[in-house]
Amino acid sequence: MENIRNQTKIFFLRILNIPFAFLMHAIDLIMWPIQKIIGVRNMPYIFLLPNLIFFGLFVIIPLGANFFFSLSSGDDLLFAERELPTTKQYDQLFDCESYLNPNTCTEDFFWRGVYNTIFFVVFQVGLMIFFSVLTAVILNKKIIGRGFFRSVFFFPVLLSPVVVGLIWQWILLKNGAFNAIIESYGGDKVSFLTDPSWAMASVIFVSIWAHMGFYTLIVLAGLQAIPPNLYEAAEMDGTSRERIFFRITLPLLMPNLLVVFILASIKGVQTFDEIYVLTGGGPGTSTSLIVQYIFTTGFASSGSVQNFGLAAAASMVLGVVLLFLTLMQLYFSRNKESKHQEI
Amino acid sequence: MMNFKFILKAISVALVSFSLTLISAVSFAATDVRIMWYGDGDKENVPIAAQIDEFNAANPDINVILDIVPYDAIMNTLPIQLAAGEGPDIARVTDLGGLNKYYADITPYVADPSYYEKSFGPFLNWYRKPGDTTSIHGFHSTMTVTGPYVNKTLFEQAGVDLLGPGATWEEWAAASIEVAEKTGTPIPMAWDRSGHRVSGPAISMGAKYFDSNGDPKLVDDGLKAMTQMLYDWHQAGTMSKDLWGSVSGSKYHAPNDWWNAAEVVFMMSGSWQIGRFANEVGDDFDWWAVPAPCGPAACTGMPGGNALLAFNANPAVGKVMDYLSSKEQLSSFIGQVLAIPGHLDLQVDYQTDDPNAKHALNTFAGAVPTIDQVAFDLQAHVDNRIMFNAIISRLGQAIVGEMTMEEAWTRMDEDVEKQLKEKYGG
Repeated sequence: MENIRNQTKIFFLRILNIPFAFLMHAIDLIMWPIQKIIGVRNMPYIFLLPNLIFFGLFVIIPLGANFFFSLSSGDDLLFAERELPTTKQYDQLFDCESYLNPNTCTEDFFWRGVYNTIFFVVFQVGLMIFFSVLTAVILNKKIIGRGFFRSVFFFPVLLSPVVVGLIWQWILLKNGAFNAIIESYGGDKVSFLTDPSWAMASVIFVSIWAHMGFYTLIVLAGLQAIPPNLYEAAEMDGTSRERIFFRITLPLLMPNLLVVFILASIKGVQTFDEIYVLTGGGPGTSTSLIVQYIFTTGFASSGSVQNFGLAAAASMVLGVVLLFLTLMQLYFSRNKESKHQEI
Repeated sequence: MMNFKFILKAISVALVSFSLTLISAVSFAATDVRIMWYGDGDKENVPIAAQIDEFNAANPDINVILDIVPYDAIMNTLPIQLAAGEGPDIARVTDLGGLNKYYADITPYVADPSYYEKSFGPFLNWYRKPGDTTSIHGFHSTMTVTGPYVNKTLFEQAGVDLLGPGATWEEWAAASIEVAEKTGTPIPMAWDRSGHRVSGPAISMGAKYFDSNGDPKLVDDGLKAMTQMLYDWHQAGTMSKDLWGSVSGSKYHAPNDWWNAAEVVFMMSGSWQIGRFANEVGDDFDWWAVPAPCGPAACTGMPGGNALLAFNANPAVGKVMDYLSSKEQLSSFIGQVLAIPGHLDLQVDYQTDDPNAKHALNTFAGAVPTIDQVAFDLQAHVDNRIMFNAIISRLGQAIVGEMTMEEAWTRMDEDVEKQLKEKYGG
């Protein structure tokens, strides 16, 4: 009986295999002459070609176009109608009496964006790593409802940044839910989003809330990969919990933390949408980051000149900074790996 | 064999019928006319949609597609679309001169060009390129005048008399503070966050906006006086920093939520709010439009409005424009949305029993003849948005403490100069 069942299964699998075999033969008909011409060693390039074409179309060409825009001026969008070439946009961006005081720069909005972005990234990434590790350590313990809490912390990651911005705007506005609670306890209302001294802290908090779940998951995966026998051995030696954490958990978690640091930094520098919805970059320019400057200068000028060239120059600067950050972090991560291998 | 012949014949007949159907479908396909429209809620969107449906029913050869979009899309997305050579056939626009390089001349396609000259004469120049005195690009959908509203109920509760024509900005501010204190209202004064809204009062204080050659020259003593007053009101709590502080740059923001909740005594906005207030405030409190407060130079608001303007010229677009600009359709539209007509000879039967709305319509219509010439010149200037945006973004920064007023004034002039250089070269 079992034998008949197996034979039937094989028969159906062979039938299902027929179209696949046809497809493979068809591909072979195309590939074989190519392989003959370019040789086996060069065949990987053929397989990479579709991806490279898409990458070129949607990344390399726009990057090149952006570069050319940054070297042109005028308020026209089409290349043919723009003045080329000029370094005017870069001169304008970097024209400052003192880089430490945005008020002395021609493009003061850009430099305010730069300083706000640095401040935002340092605190958002630092605090997010701290809270991600804390949450992951707790979620790694055998607590009641662990699965539920893991979902709860991850849930905000699934939300669109616009939804995140709108939800928190509703909570943090002067007439919002949070101030209603404060008032019900006899406190004074706080302008979380419209007081310059509160606004940046509020957007950092919201950003951490929105993205922490993703990084917690990475750290949690790292924690679960640590061999339990190391903890058992440490416990048998009578090592304190703090020492176990700092001498075993944290060092073994470093590769994951590095990934978290790289990803969070890059995402932090690119932050735009949730802050734009939450505070619109205000009050004044206190929560306006570089990407908002680019967007406003190029695309949302509300009737002023749409300066595509200046926006393109600013995005080139941002691109260079991101490239530098990525390369630096890759260097450190490889350095770390090679040291591990030496050990 | 017979069967085969029959099948061949049948296939031939089917193919010929299909081809004929295809050809006729292409020949008689309705011409699409796409309109990008923003409206102040259903109060404006429903009447225009009804008019478009009526037009489509009466003109099967034309298919008008109405895209209702947010105001931001008109201000920010439309210019990008137009710059890229895309965009709708017609759009409802408020940056009237700023987009003039994209407007199409529909003179050959409208039934009676003299009707446009007669009915919308002074406004047509607002859309034209400098030097052009003949093109027809569209028509004024509604005219607007900026000016203040007061919460009359709060004034009555406080026992403070409303001020009459000739009252100054300082007097209105003092009265609003008094009412707010007596009634426990949190915000004495709230303004739309807009350089256009600041400009009428600034002109009242003596701002000229142009030099003797007619070129933009933003900062002068008049503008300084008004912006300093706004700065001081924010620092003193007469105006709440929560409104202008909630966005950055030149982003527009209106205090309607506070106003509707009766948390504002005096609101500086304009005639386009009448329909919204009638709808949203209802019987909650009495609201009154009051004459534009005075400064040493004038007692003026800013004129403005929105126009339906063409970006493509063809017979279908001309026909749609003729229909929407006709006295019958405009009168019906204006009567429903409770606006001031941009048509110079239009009898409007306003469809409202609301005494507040009726009073406001009379007040704003009566304000039109008192509008200062500088305000008209500014509204008609092609680069007025550059000046409006410079005012509001720099004043906003000064108010939250990012720069002093002196620095803000310097920046306003620099911003205008920089933008004009980028636009015109040099």
